[in-house]
Amino acid sequence: MNIAIVVNVVIEGVLTGLIYGLMALGLSVIFGVVRVVNFAHGEFAVVAMYAAYLLFVNFGLDPIVSLFPIAAVFFFVGYALQTVLINRFVDRSEHEQFILLVGLAIVIVNGLLMIFGPDARPTNLPYSFDSYAIGPLFVDKARVYAAVGALVVAAALFAFFRYTSIGTAIRACADNRTGAAVVGLNIKRLYALTFGLGLACVGAAGALMVPIADASPLLSQAFTLLAFTIVIVGGLGSMAGALIGGVVIGVSEALASFFMAPSMKSMVSFALLVAVLVLRPQGLMGRRI
Amino acid sequence: MKDLWSAIPRRGRVILLVAITLLLAAPMVLDRYLISIFVLIFYFAYVGQAWNLMMGFAGQLSLGHALYAGLGGYVAALLWFYFGIGPWLGVFAGVAVAATFGAVIGWLGFRFGIEGVYFALLTIAFAEFTRIAFDNMAFTGGAGGLFLLYDAQRSHEWWNLRGGPLLFYYLGLALAAAAAILTARLARSRIGFQWLAVREDQQAALALGINVFRVKMIAVLISSGMTAIGGVLIAFYYNNLFPAQAFDIGRSIEIILAPVIGGLGTIFGPIVGAFILTPLGEGLIALTVSLGVNVPGAKAVFYGLTLMAIITLRPDGVWPWLKRLLGLTETES
Amino acid sequence: MTGILMQPNRRRLLAGAVASAATLAAPAIGRAQSAALKVAVVLPRSGYLAPAGQSCHRGALIAPKVLADHGYNVELVHIDSESNADIARTQTERAIDDGAQAVVGAFDSGSSLAMAQVCEQRQVPLSVNIGAAPQLTEQGYKFLVRNFPTGGMLVSNGLSLIKSLLDVTKLDARTAVFMHANDTFGTAQRAAMDHLFPTAGLPFTLLDSISYDPKAQDLSVEVTKVRSLNPDLLLVVTRAADAIKLVRDMVRQRFEPKGIISPGSPGLYDEEFYQALGPLSDYMLYNLPWANPKAQMTQALEAAFTPANPTFRFAVECFNVGFTFEALLVVAAAYKTAGSATGVELMQAVRETKIADHVMIGPPIQFDEKGQNVGIPSAAVQNRHKTPAVTLPVDVATAMPVLPMPGWQGRT
Repeated sequence: MNIAIVVNVVIEGVLTGLIYGLMALGLSVIFGVVRVVNFAHGEFAVVAMYAAYLLFVNFGLDPIVSLFPIAAVFFFVGYALQTVLINRFVDRSEHEQFILLVGLAIVIVNGLLMIFGPDARPTNLPYSFDSYAIGPLFVDKARVYAAVGALVVAAALFAFFRYTSIGTAIRACADNRTGAAVVGLNIKRLYALTFGLGLACVGAAGALMVPIADASPLLSQAFTLLAFTIVIVGGLGSMAGALIGGVVIGVSEALASFFMAPSMKSMVSFALLVAVLVLRPQGLMGRRI
Repeated sequence: MKDLWSAIPRRGRVILLVAITLLLAAPMVLDRYLISIFVLIFYFAYVGQAWNLMMGFAGQLSLGHALYAGLGGYVAALLWFYFGIGPWLGVFAGVAVAATFGAVIGWLGFRFGIEGVYFALLTIAFAEFTRIAFDNMAFTGGAGGLFLLYDAQRSHEWWNLRGGPLLFYYLGLALAAAAAILTARLARSRIGFQWLAVREDQQAALALGINVFRVKMIAVLISSGMTAIGGVLIAFYYNNLFPAQAFDIGRSIEIILAPVIGGLGTIFGPIVGAFILTPLGEGLIALTVSLGVNVPGAKAVFYGLTLMAIITLRPDGVWPWLKRLLGLTETES
Repeated sequence: MTGILMQPNRRRLLAGAVASAATLAAPAIGRAQSAALKVAVVLPRSGYLAPAGQSCHRGALIAPKVLADHGYNVELVHIDSESNADIARTQTERAIDDGAQAVVGAFDSGSSLAMAQVCEQRQVPLSVNIGAAPQLTEQGYKFLVRNFPTGGMLVSNGLSLIKSLLDVTKLDARTAVFMHANDTFGTAQRAAMDHLFPTAGLPFTLLDSISYDPKAQDLSVEVTKVRSLNPDLLLVVTRAADAIKLVRDMVRQRFEPKGIISPGSPGLYDEEFYQALGPLSDYMLYNLPWANPKAQMTQALEAAFTPANPTFRFAVECFNVGFTFEALLVVAAAYKTAGSATGVELMQAVRETKIADHVMIGPPIQFDEKGQNVGIPSAAVQNRHKTPAVTLPVDVATAMPVLPMPGWQGRT
């Protein structure tokens, strides 16, 4: 067995995992603070992919640029969605939230199907086919850019939660909602901000996915499941957890593909999910509540 | 039985009797299209009831019930396929296998304190894990599917679930009715009250001396076993099984829609939900076609919007509201 | 119980009575085929099979006019199965209740089998347009025919064409890796491959057979795995989305086999494949049944397709469009010979089908006693200038096959 090949496989796993992680980050924020099971998560990511695709085709915007306007728009969409619809469901039981968001997911997927048709829409960037050759290793540019983007977005989010007063308030709200209400924080507004932030993350992640996957309505459900798996494995409400969860899943799937049958690689993620739920329910990076 | 009957208000009994009579007689006037819809309604009412037992009464959220239906169907179909063992025997094996899976999931979940959404994700993980395993197993046909022979010569062998739509109509009806009666009985039994105690407040239930673990395990075992029976019915109705469809998370979601929309934790909720949702889907197809907006996806958009509207406006489901509307105010559980 | 099961329902009896009364009332017109044959076309136009379903649908939409020009009279009812066997089944029942006299569909094997039972019980012919699971025609259905090759036929034809390709191009290939999507179609191909390859007499050895998850978001590791084996040839069974990912990662990892050949699958010639890969999509080979560019009916179909679908190319869509059209042609022609739309008589004519003039390459369409057309050959088709070109067999070829395929570098 060639060592270089195995190293290459691990690098691919890490890069893919970081991008997965970014996608999960938005979910972690929403799930961790608002405690809403956003089962339409993957659908939002796919909407962002279409947005990035359209911005590229019509204005030649690279997804690395277009992720900013997309994230901004998604922030407002999330803010509005939380204010108008989801706030009514915050105190409802999980299965009711679930049905609401599954309904929303069905609407989004089929809306996309009606507008764009079923065929995948590729975004052909100048560097889509390029890769860095490092000795015997090949590392493709699109994944490196997307992974770096994921790290930057995660760092920005982390800084926001750590160093801004709103961020601190949101964290307080996540830790102890009643306490936060008692000290006079406007919970509903904070939730709306959080949902907005979460969706902005998904928007950025969707844009960064575009160089790697082609926009298609059919991707969304797999994204949602993947994001939930990563969030649980990494640890709820932990910025680092989402990225590390992504990397853990990415690398283990990569190694499973290489050493076992690729068609069975997702079994590894689900086995990991079960193991984490049983042995370390707070996730790899989470705190015990 | 008698106490169940007497618990239903007078007007309710009349409505129930009329409904049952109508359903029994309906095939004489229904065309085959409507019969095929009723088969689906009964199926979803039945598996919805099984899910309702676990979620609506014992408060355990499963989003992986397709696992049990798929296992039941696969086990019975494999026994028939390889050994010619009829489904009336195969169903016991199917129930046993599904209940074993249910026991493992329940044991892991309840022993290690996995609750709420986390428990739901555990059930999804098992269903997906099993789907991929079946995709890769040669003796089940793998992703290529498992096919049962359609033999017109044997179409009279109703005892082997070989037959036409009417067989499945009456079987489905019988199963849905039996599930409702079972649920009603359980709800009024000791275990039913213990379930409610656990659902409402687990700590308080513990303090009352209820063996919470045991009580929850019983719910999972009954629910998974019941769902497996539904899986056998549907496997022999279609005569083919594919892991990507049998264990799909989409299937699990379909199973929970009827009880949630109809009314969780009620006996008639899953039935009412199934009678709303399946005709809704078919009706929307007819509607979009007649309006000339049958663009692929349009029907599903309306369907999704309807789900959102119902859950926003009737969070407890349609049945509790309908019950008040019909003047059947007495509570049923 | 048996009595109940056999009992015909009232509405049908009533409908039958009305129909026969109508026939009595208008004897002359009823006999001459002024009435069109009413056909329900069930396709997965939404849901996960939507890309293929909508492609087939484009074929169905233009079919009535082309059929009319050839003297066949059909009226179509278009049904979206939503990639869901439940809906395929109930909607087939509805279509037959509403008077459909034949059914065409349903692209995927699960839906097709669900419909097969309905058609069997109601004695309405079902003409399968696309569906490779061998079991479709092995389950004992008397009202089902399939004018589409089984997975085994596809692979067996595909392998012998690979042999011819190597002979014609004098390519020296010693090793190969077989890679397939682990779905219904891919598994059927894999089974056929395991069964047929050892006796196919090909000059190369098969290093490995790798199955991958068609839903996977990422195939870079799968490509790395193949690259580590460094085969001369890569044999693939793909769908559209994964084919793109596969080639993209091969380019990124600078892995250049001498040839990428599908022994019989879609994926390498979808419009999205050309759009995503541009010149890198060229020189892929796929051995599939294909529309005969030299047949009159193909040209007629293309003439109808192009104005109706300005954003789609017939050369790219001719596989789905052609087979969907032919499935309709089978029932339309049977209706003409039988002179009757009654299920049993129509089915008898369908079984005795012999249609010399049709779209796809090959001998006249006809069915064996199981309802399978066993005579559908494949052609070796190669992407050239982002368009499929038939390279073998020679009598219908429009280009010479090129192997080894040129390197990735310098194509853009």
